[in-house]
Amino acid sequence: MISFIDHGAVVWFAKTVGLIYLLVMAIAALVYALWPSKKAEFDAAANAILSNEERP
Amino acid sequence: MGQLTVAERQAGIMILVGMAVLGFVMAVAGADNALGVHGAWILVAAVVGVFLMLDRYLDPPPNETRLSEYYDDPAKAGVVFAMMWAVIGMGFGLWIASLLAWPELNFDLEWTSFGRIRPIHTTGIIFGFGGNALIATSYYVMQRTCRARLQDPLAAWFVLLGYNLFCVLATTGYAMGSTQSKEYAEPEWYTDIWLVVVWVVYFVVYLRTLARRKEPHIYVANWYYMAFILVVAMLHIVNNLAVPVSWGSDKSYSLFAGVQDALTEWWYGHNAVAFFLTSGFLGMMYYFLPVRAGRPIYSYRMSIISFWGITFMYMWVGSHHLHYTALPQWVQTLGMTFSIILLVPSWASAANALLTLNGAWHKVRDDATLRFMMVAAVFYGITTFEGSFLAIRSVNSLSHYTDWTVGHVHAGALGWVAMISFGSIYAMVPWIWKRERMYSPGLIEAHFWLALAGTVVYVVAMWNSGIIQGLMWRTYNDSGTLTYSFVESLVAMHPYYIARAFGGLLFLTGALLGCLNIYLTVTRLPLTEAVSSRPPLDCEAAVGALQAAE
Repeated sequence: MISFIDHGAVVWFAKTVGLIYLLVMAIAALVYALWPSKKAEFDAAANAILSNEERP
Repeated sequence: MGQLTVAERQAGIMILVGMAVLGFVMAVAGADNALGVHGAWILVAAVVGVFLMLDRYLDPPPNETRLSEYYDDPAKAGVVFAMMWAVIGMGFGLWIASLLAWPELNFDLEWTSFGRIRPIHTTGIIFGFGGNALIATSYYVMQRTCRARLQDPLAAWFVLLGYNLFCVLATTGYAMGSTQSKEYAEPEWYTDIWLVVVWVVYFVVYLRTLARRKEPHIYVANWYYMAFILVVAMLHIVNNLAVPVSWGSDKSYSLFAGVQDALTEWWYGHNAVAFFLTSGFLGMMYYFLPVRAGRPIYSYRMSIISFWGITFMYMWVGSHHLHYTALPQWVQTLGMTFSIILLVPSWASAANALLTLNGAWHKVRDDATLRFMMVAAVFYGITTFEGSFLAIRSVNSLSHYTDWTVGHVHAGALGWVAMISFGSIYAMVPWIWKRERMYSPGLIEAHFWLALAGTVVYVVAMWNSGIIQGLMWRTYNDSGTLTYSFVESLVAMHPYYIARAFGGLLFLTGALLGCLNIYLTVTRLPLTEAVSSRPPLDCEAAVGALQAAE
């Protein structure tokens, strides 16, 4: 019933969609992490956990 | 119980009644196998639970002030469960290590044959010890990083107790010979379904607390914890797709067959390493190490990049467990390639942890708790390097099926997972029980050195044994036949097996000291203001970071 998916089709899918998936994901993560204006937010987050406040 | 509202108490009793009915049905339907035994236990446990809850049902309802406090009771219970499973899991580990050196130690009983108690060791450690440590610390970390009280106390208890029920059903099932025979996925179908229920509730508890957060940014530790919960659910469901023989049988057959089954299993198996034994524990590390050192993480950006690197790349590496098998060559190569690239985000995480300690090395020297976390980061770096190396097909041809793999796994499990867990637990215990400090810094120190010595003895013994095995199995003589018989390789391994058992004994002794120390902390030390037990901020680092933020 799924005989139309042969080995070649899987390889084609992996080499096109898979490659784009990998690259887009990598670029998106890098852009998000390195976006200059995010620095303040990240520094604040890194320091916020060090607070000694023990109440929500 | 005092913290549960009347509605929650009613819901809790309803859940237990439901479980009692379910237990009864299981006990009747599976009267002749493990399903029935487990059903009877669930029935008894649920009925006892109902009576315990009814006994406290009329306690005064909790007052409103509780909502301005964090809710740490499930985290406390989680720590206790984690330490209990540590002793059980390591105890069974010591037993099977000794069994390999002295085969008569199974006392000729079917329940204690190697094939049954070895998964009790792995499940006891990975799911019992590791899982409870993850749940306990995640409850603590999610509340602090969100500055929000844990939502749904009843659901939090359901997750913790339900999860431990899963661990009990799994391990006792193995002893009765009930197993799917898939490594790290041994529990049978009904135990698997139960874990899915528990796991979905866990995810909901986490999301609902996150949704109530007062911090605008979700701290990176939460991302790691959520990746752990989400991906483990996905892996667990897909790999355990199976059809039971009947509704009254504990036996099931996998939906997959042949090489597809093998690949699904190792896609699951290696991602269990990735998302159970790495991602969640990285969440622990990214919270407890900076807090204990009193310094913010060295590079928050690097922690995000490593997160996406690890999350994306780990998914593909499982096929490196199937080198030189019926699996197509290109799939093996894919797994090998991603395993090597994976070294980049792995070392970024290890380096991030160690660089955070720059300026706090005097604390590492003086504070065994922080030293546990530091050594964990070092072992994380060593193990991920070794893992990438072993995944190379030609290296794997020597190492596969030998004790080298066992040594590698234990460098990770003892050196990384257990060390970061003990460090985090020692940091967290005084905070959640509101004590000034741990009862005995000397016991932590002793535990640290026992754990480190045990790990080194274990891993070095297995490296030696594994390489000797690998070489003996591939040495040919002039006539082109194997030089050594299999039994000769067993004789060569014997001294290393004794050394391995000794390393395990050291590690277990350390864990027992840890249990004693936690018990003494809770029973002997007076209550204090929780605030004081958290280490003071490293002012210089904090000021520096604030200036940079401007």
